[in-house]
Amino acid sequence: MMEEARSRRTMLGRFSPFFVFLLLLAIWQIIAASGLFLPLLFPSPVAVVRATVELWEKGILVRDITASLSRVFSGFILAAVFAIPLGLLLGWYARLKHAFDPLVQILRPISPIAWIPLAILWFGIGNRPAIFIIFITSLFPILLASISAVKNIDQLIIKSAVNFGAGGGDILRKIVIPASFPYVMVGLRIALGIAWVIIVAAEMVGMRSGLGFMILDARNFLRTDMVVAGMIIIGIIGLILDRIMLFFEKSIRIRWGYRDLKGER
Amino acid sequence: MSRNKIVIENVSKHFTVNNGNQRLYALDTINLTINEGEFFCLLGPSGCGKSTLLNILAGFLKPTEGRVLIDGEEVTAPNPKYVTIFQEYTLFPWRTVLGNVKFGLEIGGMAKQQQNEIASSFIKLVQLQGFEDRHPFELSGGMKQRVAIARTLAVDPEIIFMDEPFGSLDAITRMEMEEEITRIWQEENKTIVFVTHDIEEAIYLADRIAIMSHQPGRIDNVIRVNLGRPKDRTSDDFLSIRDKIYDEFKLKTRKPFVYQI
Repeated sequence: MMEEARSRRTMLGRFSPFFVFLLLLAIWQIIAASGLFLPLLFPSPVAVVRATVELWEKGILVRDITASLSRVFSGFILAAVFAIPLGLLLGWYARLKHAFDPLVQILRPISPIAWIPLAILWFGIGNRPAIFIIFITSLFPILLASISAVKNIDQLIIKSAVNFGAGGGDILRKIVIPASFPYVMVGLRIALGIAWVIIVAAEMVGMRSGLGFMILDARNFLRTDMVVAGMIIIGIIGLILDRIMLFFEKSIRIRWGYRDLKGER
Repeated sequence: MSRNKIVIENVSKHFTVNNGNQRLYALDTINLTINEGEFFCLLGPSGCGKSTLLNILAGFLKPTEGRVLIDGEEVTAPNPKYVTIFQEYTLFPWRTVLGNVKFGLEIGGMAKQQQNEIASSFIKLVQLQGFEDRHPFELSGGMKQRVAIARTLAVDPEIIFMDEPFGSLDAITRMEMEEEITRIWQEENKTIVFVTHDIEEAIYLADRIAIMSHQPGRIDNVIRVNLGRPKDRTSDDFLSIRDKIYDEFKLKTRKPFVYQI
């Protein structure tokens, strides 16, 4: 009896996310079918699925996903190349950090969206302003993670390395960079997550392609089914990106033997 | 055995605390000579400055007064000729056992092939063959400390400083490691300065034991342990030395009571 109850509970536990989705879909379908809202303003799940298929068949979906992803990756990689070395440097040299800190603290709270007007003026039309916005977006999480990564390095490990005759260059290459890696990965994952949120907004304001533009364009034609389809696809891709980053982050952390890393969810 | 290796001359160490308003006397006029090839223990309660003294010997800290000479030369900075092993192992978690043991050799700029040969031989010496490709997180505390010992021996230091290296191990593993370090010390002919607060550990390991007391940190007495190795922890001689050291510490805590009665 007990065994049976427990196994039923674990079965329920395993499928509980599925049930939540099912419940949401049911409520959604009921409200849509109730006629409370115009179908034009409140598309049913079935309409959204049909819109997704339509977007796929027209090739719009692949085009816009590719556009958004390539912008995000370009800006993200640029930011990583720039922010990781800078962060390690600022983390290592306290005086440099002291000098840069106020600037970073002022720039950081500015929403990347606020950069869009300047980005368009500076970089014109095309991918470049969007890549710039993603660069700005990704910069700060990666920078701050890299700074704190260096600060989190166990001083005794450095003491040991110095004892073996390690000089500044050895310490940087053989200790600081590898020791920081797991923490930097946390920053990269957070940055990519925010970048994916921001790209949609950026594409709504200044772009002629990408998932953000697709949603805006669909609204202009009052295709709310396509709007919702776009939103769901954004969510799913965001989840996939996060899981991929989390996988790398975890495997690095395990390999490094870092069990209690800050920033764990 | 009688050549002076480490000479500590009038070493004092003060720390300023409370924003410089107060002085803390961590060490007060320490004079001590440690011989080449000797196994020397610094024994005392926590806070007696034994780790501070070790850090000064290793060149990590500068004494406020006095100086430390190793082979007649004043110690001013850390040096691979005298390597410290810490209680916290301080292994590099992203490196394998082999990579950890090779670290000092890499820094020294040795050829790769030779690095691997030397590292492997010391991994064998600490009985970790077969674990070369493991990472530190896969090892037990005792094994980690064996890696740290192998990493230290690989650079062939003249002196090994050990700062309560077995302090976080369970009692059985600890005794195994004490036997192990004795064997290694006998095979490798190093001078070892070993900090501990464990009386039996000090007797088991040391040729001589400096008894330290705190506030300010001072050496009260140096006891010679004339026991043949391997030492028998249950022999009468062992226990009588233990009693003697027990007295050294007990007297200090009982004194105030004697006056009150």
